[in-house]
Amino acid sequence: MKLGDIKDLLHASVLTNCCDLDMDVDSAFCSDMMSNVLAYANDKSILITGLYNAQVLRTADMMGMACVVFIGRRDPDPEIIELANELEICVMLTRSSMFTTCGLLFYNGLNGGVPSELQR
Amino acid sequence: MSCNDSLHFQYVVSKDDFTHAGSASSDVKNKLKKMNVDASAVRKVSIAMYEGEINMIIHAYGGTIDVDIYEDRIVMCLKDTGPGIANIEEAMQEGFSTAPADVINLGFGAGMGLPNMRANSDEFNIESEVGVGTTVTMTIYFT
Repeated sequence: MKLGDIKDLLHASVLTNCCDLDMDVDSAFCSDMMSNVLAYANDKSILITGLYNAQVLRTADMMGMACVVFIGRRDPDPEIIELANELEICVMLTRSSMFTTCGLLFYNGLNGGVPSELQR
Repeated sequence: MSCNDSLHFQYVVSKDDFTHAGSASSDVKNKLKKMNVDASAVRKVSIAMYEGEINMIIHAYGGTIDVDIYEDRIVMCLKDTGPGIANIEEAMQEGFSTAPADVINLGFGAGMGLPNMRANSDEFNIESEVGVGTTVTMTIYFT
């Protein structure tokens, strides 16, 4: 699925300068615990989270993730967007709930990309 | 660069500086990418070092990270200044955590850090003394 499709499905706004909407991603990982992202996520995933801090971007960077989707009713602080631009990570913001966001993406073909040990 | 030569870098990690946590790991990641190191090795290094860097900030009183990059591997030595780990075997178990609620609210402290550092390392060593500090040494080979 292209990042542009994700943006449209979620009615999301793009907050960074560096978003390649033609980029393909094959899975998504959703968590507010960066510990779990670091342990289990795939590098071709996008990260969906309701946690707003700089370490979300650092975590995505270490994992090689190209896009972070923030869930929430408020905008992230400018420092977070500045860091995302520096790290060349696309940041989107959707007002949809976490449940709706994941449901929409899953229904439209994005998989969980979860390692097999978590699926047992 | 001959077999025994390395590029050496040292990073100082400050206690409670959560905002800048990960900047050392980002720097090492960028250096390895510029050196055209295999992408999967870069990812393992990034994750292992970042977990360690976070640990030094949220569990310890800061410290130093010494990084040596050789032709075929990277060696990262993370040395903090306390408080040390009383039971290393327990600390290495997935899910074991002593992190306070404020750390968990920041997205860390799930008890995955040390096990994830070991999982991403080809060689892993940890030594700790209560009241003195902890030293973790990780080696990752470039395949």
